[in-house]
Amino acid sequence: MTSAAALVRQRGALLGLLILAALGTMAVAAPWLAARDPIRTAAREALQPPGARFLLGSDQFGRDVGSRVVYGARVSLLVGVISVSIAVALGAPLGLVSGYYGGRLDALIMRVMDVLLAFPGILLALAIVSVLSPGLGNVMIAVGLSAVPGYARLVRATVLAAREHLYVEAARALGGRDGGILVRDILPNVVAPLIVTATLGLGGAILSAAALSFLGLGSQPPQPEWGRMLSEGRDYLREAWWISTFPGLGILLTVLAMNLVGDGLRDVLDPRLKT
Amino acid sequence: MLTYVGRRLLAVVPVLFGVTLAVFSMLFLVPGDPVKIMLAEFVTTPDQVARMRAQLHLDEPVLQQYGRFVGNALRGDLGMSIRSRRPVATEIGENLGSTGRLALASMVVAIALGVPLGLIAALGRNSWLDVAAMGVALLGVAMPSFWLGFLLIFVFSLHLGWLPATGGGDLPHLVMPAVALGTIAAAIIARLTRSSMLEVLGQDYVRTARAKGLGGFAVVVRHALRNALIPVVTVFGLQFGNLLAGAVIVETVFSRPGLGRLIVGAILSKDFPLVQGTVLFVATAYVLINVVVDMAYAYVDPRIRIG
Repeated sequence: MTSAAALVRQRGALLGLLILAALGTMAVAAPWLAARDPIRTAAREALQPPGARFLLGSDQFGRDVGSRVVYGARVSLLVGVISVSIAVALGAPLGLVSGYYGGRLDALIMRVMDVLLAFPGILLALAIVSVLSPGLGNVMIAVGLSAVPGYARLVRATVLAAREHLYVEAARALGGRDGGILVRDILPNVVAPLIVTATLGLGGAILSAAALSFLGLGSQPPQPEWGRMLSEGRDYLREAWWISTFPGLGILLTVLAMNLVGDGLRDVLDPRLKT
Repeated sequence: MLTYVGRRLLAVVPVLFGVTLAVFSMLFLVPGDPVKIMLAEFVTTPDQVARMRAQLHLDEPVLQQYGRFVGNALRGDLGMSIRSRRPVATEIGENLGSTGRLALASMVVAIALGVPLGLIAALGRNSWLDVAAMGVALLGVAMPSFWLGFLLIFVFSLHLGWLPATGGGDLPHLVMPAVALGTIAAAIIARLTRSSMLEVLGQDYVRTARAKGLGGFAVVVRHALRNALIPVVTVFGLQFGNLLAGAVIVETVFSRPGLGRLIVGAILSKDFPLVQGTVLFVATAYVLINVVVDMAYAYVDPRIRIG
């Protein structure tokens, strides 16, 4: 049985893939799917409940919540992909070099990673945003950078295990150069756990970025971003629950889908990681 | 055990040194002149800018500045807030209790929800109970704490009127923030408890206990759960750190005073000394808490301190 068939067989992963496909369609086709301009305000149409005129209601500025949620999918998916790309692009090479060469370089890289890991949860991203100043671009950098130690450690551990394999020793005995061995013989071992971790990391990155935007440190108005929309709906919880409910649902479903797909990928690609 | 404690404490020193270096460097990594950024909202004369620079000792050699930073931090002096003109340490002291109570209450929620959920799932392995419990855990991990906070406010404050929506203070104020913050940790603990429990239930000593004729409850609680919780304890330190950091979000949701709101306010108002002081404090607390958890772990499980 091929990997894909095994993956689809798992109902959870399939559900995750379906949600992701829907979100991806929303993100790509936002201009056609959205009924209205997501940032155009209309004071007279403020706080309309969900109905025929506004499918998911309107916010305090008369903007269409549904259209903003659709455009928000674009922002969230993009933020997740870019953040995780930054983390992998920096973390994987660091882990490769650290694990393969060992010695002082390894010690130095790992001590730096230890220091970064001393800032728990979202605190590191907060510190980075405070240095770079608030904004969605800087949030992606901050969330990406704060995930680097995780990837560096994962790749290092995988490389350490792979380095001991007989075929690596053989390649070295045959006079293979370090660079060639790293890319041809060691890198393939790293790919599977990296894909699994990155998929699971996407959900976390989207959650962190939305949280930072919720705090006012990320996306700036009037951009339709789910975390920001939630904080804008804060004062209208009583009279207009829909302003914050639909973006919240968007975040929950996106992160849930990423985790389901990530769990499924793990079972297929890397059963050893299963807990 | 003493050697283990010594070794573990020694390993912390370079990490804490690195943390001070990283926090100290923040001011130098800011693109542009940090003093001008901090004073951007005020009309300033060059003289005032120079005075501020001197007040922050930015006119000294970098190494001397760093030495002063570490020396002061060790004495509990984290500098002055630019906005409030009060010592950063005082501001932290005033907000520490509220965040500490929130983090502890969240931990209680996480354990009280997570352990039974994982236990139920493990005992009813592959039954509908297992599927339901793990489904709840899956939702818990993906749930944004700020949205969960809104939902709780909507139901329990606005509709039922049972609990106050905002503010810090006594127990009623603590319930919803603790649930909003503790849910992710509860979900993680539930998944871990389940897998750990499944492993332990397959061990020989559990079979022996059953063979001796012990009842199901005694086997599960006295023999299996006690051992299954050992790996769960290791994540407490990690999760406690996540709770401390997560307080940033939940405190904002519930307009609750605390370190989290202090940091966010400081970042938004470019109060760099306050940001640095608070970040340094939380990171140091997190590192030290993890040392304590590691020691507790070594105490419970002798294999750790020998290995």
